[in-house]
Amino acid sequence: MSTKQKLVIIGNGMAPGRMLEDLFDTAPDAFEVTIFNAEPRVNYNRLMLSPVLSGEKSYADIITHDDDWYAQHGVTLYKSARVDQIDRDAKTVTASNGVTAAYDKLVIATGSNPIMIPLPGHDLEGVITYRDLDDVEIMLDAAKAKKHAVVIGGGLLGLEAAAGLRMQGMDVTVIHLANTLMERQLDESAGHLLEEAFKARGVTVKTGANTSAILGTDGKVSGVALEDGTHLEADIVCMAVGIRPSVAVAKQAGLAVNRGILVGDDMRTDDPDIFALGECVEHNGQCYGLVAPLYEMASVLADNLMGGHAAYGGSVTATKLKVTGVDLYSAGDFAKDDDREEIVLRDAVGGIYKRLVLQDNKIIGAVLYGETSDGPWFFDLLKKQTDISEMRDTLIFGQAFQGAEPLDPMAAVAALPDDAEICGCNGICKSKITDAIASKGLTTLDDVRAHTKASSSCGTCTGLVEQLMVLSLGDAYNPNAVTPMCGCTDLGHSDVRRLIKAKELKTIPAVQQALEWKTGTGCAKCRPALNYYLVCDWPDEYADDYQSRFINERVHANIQKDGTYSVVPRMWGGMTSSNELRTIADVVDKYEIPAVKVTGGQRIDMLGIKKEDLLDVWADLGKAGFVSGQAYAKGLRTVKTCVGTNWCRFGTQDSTGLGIRLEKFMWGSWTPAKLKMAVSGCPRNCAEATCKDIGIICVDSGFEIHFAGAAGLDIKGTEVLGHVATEDEALEHVVALAQMYREQGHYLERIYKWAKRIGLDKIREQILDDAEKRKHYFDRFVFSQKFAQIDPWDERVSGKDKHEFKPMATLALEAAE
Amino acid sequence: MNAVASLWVEVGTLCDIPKQGARCVVAGEKTIAVFRTLDDQVFALEDKCPHKNGPLSQGIVHDGCVTCPLHNWVISLATGQAQGADEGETRTYPVKLEGDTILLDAAGLA
Repeated sequence: MSTKQKLVIIGNGMAPGRMLEDLFDTAPDAFEVTIFNAEPRVNYNRLMLSPVLSGEKSYADIITHDDDWYAQHGVTLYKSARVDQIDRDAKTVTASNGVTAAYDKLVIATGSNPIMIPLPGHDLEGVITYRDLDDVEIMLDAAKAKKHAVVIGGGLLGLEAAAGLRMQGMDVTVIHLANTLMERQLDESAGHLLEEAFKARGVTVKTGANTSAILGTDGKVSGVALEDGTHLEADIVCMAVGIRPSVAVAKQAGLAVNRGILVGDDMRTDDPDIFALGECVEHNGQCYGLVAPLYEMASVLADNLMGGHAAYGGSVTATKLKVTGVDLYSAGDFAKDDDREEIVLRDAVGGIYKRLVLQDNKIIGAVLYGETSDGPWFFDLLKKQTDISEMRDTLIFGQAFQGAEPLDPMAAVAALPDDAEICGCNGICKSKITDAIASKGLTTLDDVRAHTKASSSCGTCTGLVEQLMVLSLGDAYNPNAVTPMCGCTDLGHSDVRRLIKAKELKTIPAVQQALEWKTGTGCAKCRPALNYYLVCDWPDEYADDYQSRFINERVHANIQKDGTYSVVPRMWGGMTSSNELRTIADVVDKYEIPAVKVTGGQRIDMLGIKKEDLLDVWADLGKAGFVSGQAYAKGLRTVKTCVGTNWCRFGTQDSTGLGIRLEKFMWGSWTPAKLKMAVSGCPRNCAEATCKDIGIICVDSGFEIHFAGAAGLDIKGTEVLGHVATEDEALEHVVALAQMYREQGHYLERIYKWAKRIGLDKIREQILDDAEKRKHYFDRFVFSQKFAQIDPWDERVSGKDKHEFKPMATLALEAAE
Repeated sequence: MNAVASLWVEVGTLCDIPKQGARCVVAGEKTIAVFRTLDDQVFALEDKCPHKNGPLSQGIVHDGCVTCPLHNWVISLATGQAQGADEGETRTYPVKLEGDTILLDAAGLA
């Protein structure tokens, strides 16, 4: 006979998910848990829906608890089961799937429903809200075939939906009733900056606009009519005007309900055995729609279920907009009033706006736009009601500007309460990190990421996490210390590179022996790095160790998520011909290649090729003169070009010719991380050279050489190396720069990170100012190319590494039974 | 069902597999990855990472483990267990060396 109490939960969103985690942490066996979820799936991180919509994450990336988690904790989860009846006398609930479950304690976590304004036409097909994964899927589907999207509502959710739909390629118009966007969280200035930012990314914004009707034909949405008579085309209309607590089932059960389900400080409703939390509750007259309060409620509720007496005191909330490239943070109250003062900082060029609202020498509101790293610090001062008179003069410049001791960043982090959220992506609070460091003996950032997930998604909280590690571990953790290459050694990359040269170490075992590696054969982190360093430093003597290369570089194709490969042949400078295109078409047909895509580097990617077919595909491509595009390599990838003086009426130099010359000179070279280049024929820069690893902008008087741009995880314009007059000089400078990077870069360190680490001046000194040094770099590159410029596809078609491409054996299995 | 008698089948020789490498054996629907370590031990695992079914045979082999090429999970060759903070297990298969000949127990494969 089980003595466990029966805990039934209605709803499976983030709030009950967090509550269960807290509960299982303290008392894994106290309850027999049953969950009814109206959605047909497990618990996922609703905060991350916007990155799913924009395509930056997938559903799998945002799952918080998978099926195994429920199984492990003995939780019965009914999916697609909406509870529509609570019988408080019998203490049972009944769901739409016919299941009736008895409870000792019941938790209502039904969340909220999006508000659908009953405009004419709101029930047409194609009118949706933005609330759960189903909505995202409808939007993604629409974006595939349709063109025009209208988002009604310019608040947080509406803007995230608009940005996501825009990234999916739709024409998006945002209709907003108020005169500025996000008027509940932002003042007018910040709202205006935000509007400009959205316009800049191609979203049409109509503020002060009221929708009068949604128009349709044949039951499907076709447009939106505004009160001023404007008609907008629309294939999809997303209504994002707000949320309303979902209280139907609580009302049916006769619980006290106002706007939300009424709960006390212990999260209990007016029935002592029924609790509620999350967006469906009303506490002290407040309903919440952000994640931090839900988590605070979750821990209070978990404690009370265990017989504790934790009390929820309400939350002050801060808002962040999750749109890549728009930094926005707001907290508190910022309406103007006589007894309030303001501190404002504007940097029009940098697109920065910061405003603090003070009352009685305390911060009561903060709006940050463009640069938000001090948001949590201001928010903390706000929550704590700290007297800021001492630092008033420099307050707006942020935490780093406050000199003396009590304001140093460590003290601020130390002062954060245990439940302060550190990682917003994964909802990880301070105590979770510090507890994990203590109980599991974690000593590195990687450990903390692996065990807590903090700082493992977008990474913006890495600094905070490191400060917590310093606090917990003291001198044992020094974030500025040399980070070892991996767990196999205490030496950092720079030391290893230096010692390889100094001690003339020429094989991986020799390095590991001489530098006292702690493991027998190294690991998957250090072996590829060592292999690269040795290839780079001893090009004529070192025999490349293929078993230390990542699979893509071992089989010269890119592994895809289903274990098939993609193949990208070189198209020099992005130029191709009818013969090349015909060959590619024939290969695609012959090997039934499922997908063909034009890449961002001006060439063609064939995706979904079976490993066994690779050799034959390459052989056929090779007959037409194709060589490997090395699209898989930490090495030279593409040299993108525009048509330059060959065709363009604005061209100043033969940019295509120079691009092809560079690519033919540099192909095959291995570099610390991938190296992408471009040559633009004039400053209009159609080849987008100013976000490349190395780029050239042609001008009338010669060539401007750029480097250290980025357009991936980070976005960064290039730095200018200098100006040269002739094509030969341009080539020499580019090649010397690449060689300097090859010799000094840490494995997997892109050129912009290397440049930042060693300093731009140092690079200019050696490559631009010192002709002799430049020549030496150039010569070493040329020497190493003698051993590198061998087409790997041709080599393999001719028989090298045959074993990589075929199974060793195929067993004919007979049914043994 | 009780224990099934072993059914050792020849699948290749040691020199078919590079040191710190792997080769695949296709057995009906299943693919088995046979690994060779630096000290010439052999191990057989189903060619599927417990995380997202990545082909372990394509990973880097190091110190009795293989690192999955898709998301860098590290799997023990001897036990099939995920190492470090990750949790999961890949099925292992009995495999042995007789001289240079590699034998796989096909009894468990059907």
